[in-house]
Amino acid sequence: MKKVVMGTEAAALAVKLARVQVISAYPITPQTVIVENLSDIIGRGELNAKYMPVESEHSAMASCIGASLAGARAFTASSSQGLVYMHEMLHYAAGARVPVVMVNCNRALAPPWNLYCDHTDSLAQRDTGWGQYYCADAQDVLDAILIAYNVAEQALLPVMINMDAFYLTHTSEPVDVPDQKAVDIFLPSYQPSSKLDVDDPKTFGNVCGADLFTSIKYKRHCDTLSLEKLWDRAAVRFCGYFSRLHPTVEAYQTEDADVCIIGIGTATGAMRLAVDRLREEGLKVGSLRLAMIRPFPRGGFEKATANVGHVIVIDRDVSFGAEGIVAQELKAILFDRHEDVRLTGFVAGVGGNDISVETIVPLVRQAIFGDGTAAEAGSTLWAEVLP
Amino acid sequence: MSEHAGRKRDLFTPGHYGCPGCGATLAMQQTLWALGEDTIVVMPAGCWSTLIGIYPYTCLTVPVISVAFASTAAVAAGVKAGLSIQGNDHTTVLAWAGDGGTFDIGLQALSGAAERNDDILFICYDNEGYMNTGIQRSSATPAGAWTTTTPNSALKGQKKKDIVGIMAAHAIPYAATASIGAPEDLKGKVKKAKDMKGTRFIHLFAPCPTGWRHAPELTVEVARQAVKSRIFPLYEVFDGEIWQLSPMPDKIGVDAYLKHQHRFKKTLDSDYLHFQTRVDEDWQRLLNKCQSGD
Repeated sequence: MKKVVMGTEAAALAVKLARVQVISAYPITPQTVIVENLSDIIGRGELNAKYMPVESEHSAMASCIGASLAGARAFTASSSQGLVYMHEMLHYAAGARVPVVMVNCNRALAPPWNLYCDHTDSLAQRDTGWGQYYCADAQDVLDAILIAYNVAEQALLPVMINMDAFYLTHTSEPVDVPDQKAVDIFLPSYQPSSKLDVDDPKTFGNVCGADLFTSIKYKRHCDTLSLEKLWDRAAVRFCGYFSRLHPTVEAYQTEDADVCIIGIGTATGAMRLAVDRLREEGLKVGSLRLAMIRPFPRGGFEKATANVGHVIVIDRDVSFGAEGIVAQELKAILFDRHEDVRLTGFVAGVGGNDISVETIVPLVRQAIFGDGTAAEAGSTLWAEVLP
Repeated sequence: MSEHAGRKRDLFTPGHYGCPGCGATLAMQQTLWALGEDTIVVMPAGCWSTLIGIYPYTCLTVPVISVAFASTAAVAAGVKAGLSIQGNDHTTVLAWAGDGGTFDIGLQALSGAAERNDDILFICYDNEGYMNTGIQRSSATPAGAWTTTTPNSALKGQKKKDIVGIMAAHAIPYAATASIGAPEDLKGKVKKAKDMKGTRFIHLFAPCPTGWRHAPELTVEVARQAVKSRIFPLYEVFDGEIWQLSPMPDKIGVDAYLKHQHRFKKTLDSDYLHFQTRVDEDWQRLLNKCQSGD
């Protein structure tokens, strides 16, 4: 069934289709529509779930962890300040191996206060052990949440589905809402092998010594790496049911490209349009959307960029004192390749500036030919800096 | 140990990592005896998260989850929600935190759960300081007590936070004080709380010989003296409205309580009458509440 919905509404529809059992959340702009819709869906009896209107994001994630350990499918959503406030519990959820799925609406961090799109909030959580997926459109949001539960429950690891503030949260698009019966087959109920159970008592999260600690963390690291393959497999399975593919990377015109523009989130659509424009100028450019950032989709990235000599990254985020966070990730991967690949890193669109074709084309020209207005800071070039 | 007879399993087995004379171990033992097997324990960082045992050992045979310090009440409420949506409305979810995890870092989550009246039993085993990290001051440390962050050169000046008053102000169905020095009263209150729904809170007094600097064999005696001296009176509050005094033994002076504990040495030497006055005032305030609540 086709529906015209905003990204946030698509997220709520997915949570309903996933038959989530415990939803615990604290409101924050621009996530609010998700939790408003969900409390209404539960209130109307359309979803048999407990809605916990908790007093903070820290408690939202804490109660999701508790619910998940009790064997229930759990969900929360947050954004920006809320996400960083629950930082401790993000580490805890991954360590406790609970397959919680959350939606983060990528919004700038204060100060100064700003409600608009920026990826620093979630990229700053990349070491917490969560799988991280960045959506391109509302259909991607809905489908990715369903795939995320499937993957999370196989790996016993939490997954964060990210969507751009306003560009995605508050933009209405036509979305194909899958049939509940088909979703139930793709995503059966959560049946954990281990949970809090008085008939089978176990202790979770005890103190342990360094030797065992190391082994537990090693196992978790291996399992986190496996999320890439699990996602691709689940995405293919999902495509079999619903005829839509959501891979970990999405390449455009990269086969013969010398230069590849890389980014995450909604701006990757404009990157593809910029590729078309630049190809008209005779430049052999392609683009790559990294849908997954944790684990880094190494296989998909290497396949798509095998023949590329120049990588141009547009980060909507920054690690202060270093450079764009996606640029750092790419440099780490490229270092292992033992090939002479050039990387130009831009920071653009932070705090909500639009990353349009008109933004991207001059940046690509600056990266290739050296002339442009982006301001230099260390190894990074910043677009749209006031004079 | 007659309470063990007929049980399928012992809920608190030998081999805990507590200090000699630890009041918090007695607190858990009495509580689990009262609650029985149909219990899940949620505990944050604190003495209990280490004295339960180092993996793969544990001294408790009920399900336990160790959680982040500030998150106890929220995790417990989540566990309850998770059980409840799967049709289990009988299991008691026991949130078990020390005074730091209750009065201080855990208070926001606790207040949130209490305001929502989430169906959990929250018990604070109060040893009046951050004892697991080495005897630092908490907001449950009484005025005049030595700790490593309120040294003799700068003893704690502030009163102990009135946690039961705070919890009663949330109008939860049940809030009470209890002591390991009054085990029958304690078990009665835990059983009463178990049979109620909503947020139930018990402030459980549990002396710490290591931190309070008293002889380990005096733990129960010190707890009794705290009740007798009215420093830790026993009472219940129903729905935040009805205050009811529990049976209280004959009154003794605070000096009898203070003198066994080296943490009060300086106070006992210099400021003991002031201490007595404050205890008398608090006791009178409590009596007034109990009388007006009848």
